[in-house]
Amino acid sequence: MSIYTKEEAQEIINRALKFSSADGCEINLSGNISGNIRYARNTVSTAGVNSNQNMTVQSNFGKKVGVATIDEFDDKSLEKVVKRSEELARLSPESPEFMEPLGPQTYAESKTHIQKTADITPDFRAQVAAASIDPAKKNDITAAGFFDDSSGFNAMANSNGLFAYNKNTDMNFTVTMRTNDGTGSGWSTRDYNDVSMFDPAEASMIAIDKALMSKEAKAIEPGKYTVILEPAASIGLLQNMFFSFNARSADEGRSFMAKEGGGNKLGEKIVDERVTLYTDPFHEKVPTATWTSGGIPRKKMMWLEDGVVKNLAYSRYWAKEKGVEPIPFPSNGIMVGGDASLEDLIKDTRRGILVTRLWYIRSVDPQTLLYTGLTRDGTFYIENGKIKHPIKNFRFNESPIIMLNNLETLGQQVRIDGNLIPYMKIRDFTFTSLSDAV
Amino acid sequence: MKRRDFMYTAALGAGVLASPIPIIGRNIFSEELLNPGMDVATKKAMADVALNTARGMGATYADARIGRYLNQYVFTRENMVQNTVNTESFGIGIRVIANGTWGFASTNDVTPDGIKKATELAISVAKANSKIQTEEIILAPVKGHGEISWKTPIEMNAMEVPVSDKVDLLLEANARALENGADYISSALFLVNEQKYFASTEGSYIDQDVHRIWPTLNITAIDKSSGKFKNRQGLGAPMGMGYEYIIPDKAEEIKGAGDVVLYRHSYDIVADAIAGAKQAKEMLSAKSVEAGKYDLVLEPNHLGLTIHESVGHPLELDRVLGYEANYAGTSFATLDKWESGDFNYGNELVNLVADKTQKHSLGAVGYDDEGVKCKKWDLVRDGILVNYQAIRDQVHMIDQNESHGCCYSQSWNDVQFQRMPNVSLEPGKEKYSIDDMIKDVEKGIYLVGRGSYSIDQQRYNFQFGGTLTYEIKNGEITGMINDAAYQSNTQEFWNSCAKICDKDDYRMFGSFFDGKGQPGQVSAVSHGCSTTRFNGVNVINTGRNI
Repeated sequence: MSIYTKEEAQEIINRALKFSSADGCEINLSGNISGNIRYARNTVSTAGVNSNQNMTVQSNFGKKVGVATIDEFDDKSLEKVVKRSEELARLSPESPEFMEPLGPQTYAESKTHIQKTADITPDFRAQVAAASIDPAKKNDITAAGFFDDSSGFNAMANSNGLFAYNKNTDMNFTVTMRTNDGTGSGWSTRDYNDVSMFDPAEASMIAIDKALMSKEAKAIEPGKYTVILEPAASIGLLQNMFFSFNARSADEGRSFMAKEGGGNKLGEKIVDERVTLYTDPFHEKVPTATWTSGGIPRKKMMWLEDGVVKNLAYSRYWAKEKGVEPIPFPSNGIMVGGDASLEDLIKDTRRGILVTRLWYIRSVDPQTLLYTGLTRDGTFYIENGKIKHPIKNFRFNESPIIMLNNLETLGQQVRIDGNLIPYMKIRDFTFTSLSDAV
Repeated sequence: MKRRDFMYTAALGAGVLASPIPIIGRNIFSEELLNPGMDVATKKAMADVALNTARGMGATYADARIGRYLNQYVFTRENMVQNTVNTESFGIGIRVIANGTWGFASTNDVTPDGIKKATELAISVAKANSKIQTEEIILAPVKGHGEISWKTPIEMNAMEVPVSDKVDLLLEANARALENGADYISSALFLVNEQKYFASTEGSYIDQDVHRIWPTLNITAIDKSSGKFKNRQGLGAPMGMGYEYIIPDKAEEIKGAGDVVLYRHSYDIVADAIAGAKQAKEMLSAKSVEAGKYDLVLEPNHLGLTIHESVGHPLELDRVLGYEANYAGTSFATLDKWESGDFNYGNELVNLVADKTQKHSLGAVGYDDEGVKCKKWDLVRDGILVNYQAIRDQVHMIDQNESHGCCYSQSWNDVQFQRMPNVSLEPGKEKYSIDDMIKDVEKGIYLVGRGSYSIDQQRYNFQFGGTLTYEIKNGEITGMINDAAYQSNTQEFWNSCAKICDKDDYRMFGSFFDGKGQPGQVSAVSHGCSTTRFNGVNVINTGRNI
């Protein structure tokens, strides 16, 4: 398979569109090459390379819609897939919420493709594993980790003259380091579009240090504590909060964003005034594609500004129903941070808990965005500005809305899972029970 | 904002791919779901290309899995069909041992030339990885089964039922829920047919035809004036059955406590939608639970998930040994506890069994994905931990020489590895009804169906809620309550087991999406039990004012 250039993708899609006789036709063409390596017990367990390419054709007659897919792009195959989608459309019931394909749009160029990431080799992946396993062995620790990288493209065109194209690369790394006596565990993660920013030895040493520091943790009583949340700890709760920024479920009265008596919370202050959260596809550190899968251009969009809800996402259908412009769902989350480093935040804490990450986060109550889950892989008690000792893991029951209302200090931003999130000091974070898990 | 993007699509309930299942494969017509696919003689010839190529290149073992995976999904909300999807995925996965190391490759080019190339790639992966491989592979012996076949015992192939009948059924359920007070309802039907052919250098050629079905409901009731909303999930379960599962059969209904109706091997989705709408409305005005210790009476469609998380996962041998440390985690049920022979996983009432042969279950197959005949075995007997779940290259690590037969891959495109079999709690030996569970409870809670769930990475501490929750006072159900979740520790919880209903109340919970591995794979698994009581469990109040 190939990662097609813009011109090659356009040529293939145009050939397919010529076979269309439906009222409307929308074609998505994508391809991806990815590789991975997995290790555990200080040895490699699996490794692989996968590639795929796919064309999805959606045809419509009025509001009757059919979708067909194919992975070969000669004329005969293209005609077959277009005709198949048309036959399926004719047989389908009407889709009342179907929207006609968009007309031509203008998209800015994205910054998501880095050739060096696309050029990653199996040898490089093996070196990543070795950069974890070697220092683990030297420290009487067992490493388990996963590194995967991908390079791909997406193109889209329709019978109304729209054409969009994007190329993307990314890499993700996670590693868990466990002390061989089973009493300590540390973890770290890195994700980038550009692999040259990645240092597997540095990331692995952080996990090793946390594993060694977390040995022989002491139990302290569950309750409400001041916490310093590393971005890897807060991201799960914040992502769940982002997903409630949906106008339709709010307007229907079934989300946290629904307002008492009807309507939604647009314009309402819901969290501390220092909380500002936005999407920006052009941000140097967390670039994303500049268009959505439906072809809507992405632009910088404010979601929370000074604690106030500034925008909710509207699908094209819901925007039409409500007489507003569609707003695509956020592609990345960028939360404005402060100057404080993690060390600064610890230094300024009289009593508190440093949390490396939260695990197994699940919804408890969608009404209040209450979630439960546990701390994992490095939880430490802070006293008088210093890490005093490791503590046993806690189960929490907390809402990101309550968490962001209890904000004490914002620290520096870190890239996490394609987002840019600051370290945060939060007061009265609710831990409800102890866990013996290491 | 990557991890949950596809879940967001599902939550929106709109758009072309309104599916919580990643849609794999090419779209096809529903009629094509009934095409027989490649005939068995050709599959054997194709598999032999892989096995002979591997042998010729020095492999000491090889297996080939030719898979045709068919899916049909129907999605509706209120009075409309959101989408219907039919997909087919076909290809071959080849696994080899060369230079003492596993290698795997797959291709959708199921021709002698394509298979030869994929086998060569699998060999080259094995040889490359052998340079950094430090653990010897020891395979438990398995007998060659020759040419055999197995099929899920279904009465009606759901793929043969016209899509219009399925749409009509779901829209009928939606309409009746709306008439009975629901503000919103989504319903869906997921159908799966795995046609799997397995061949190995051990002399097995196994042709299997596996069917699964899953009807779902999500019913929402709203009180606009207070801004409150409540969701009630359907009380059906995914099953290893055909379309007969959603043809109502009164004989398969079980009367639960309160006004709850439960289902065994037949699910009346329309009746459940009506009941669900009324119950969702009732939740809006139910009182909030008072935190404290309660005796819990847990209904099988609820307890099944607790079994999955607190028994199924911690007894996976690869987790115990650390292979999953970086993702799902490890396990508290360490080898020393098993070796001691006296580790009280639960009290003497607790018998937990693994079973890949259980009729109507999601995990039932004749042979696993490395050609081992499936069986049933004990995990916990009379409360004592007695075994784990292990496959051919693992059982030697627990001094056993027979694989448990629980190796699985989600498709031809992914490598097979150890996956959870059906893990179930045996029913009680004494004759007890659901009422018998409740009548001697002074202060308790009856939890029904699946709600919130979370457990730590070594499977000690967990928290669960239900979709329906009722207060029990002085031996009687006194009404619905909100905001209840119980928190416990696995060993403490199973040692608080007080009473188990007998086999007449036994039924199965299931999940289509048990996730494991990196890259992740899903697997479908069932958990059977009867209604069971656990005494003195900690319940928290999850209500918040914002």
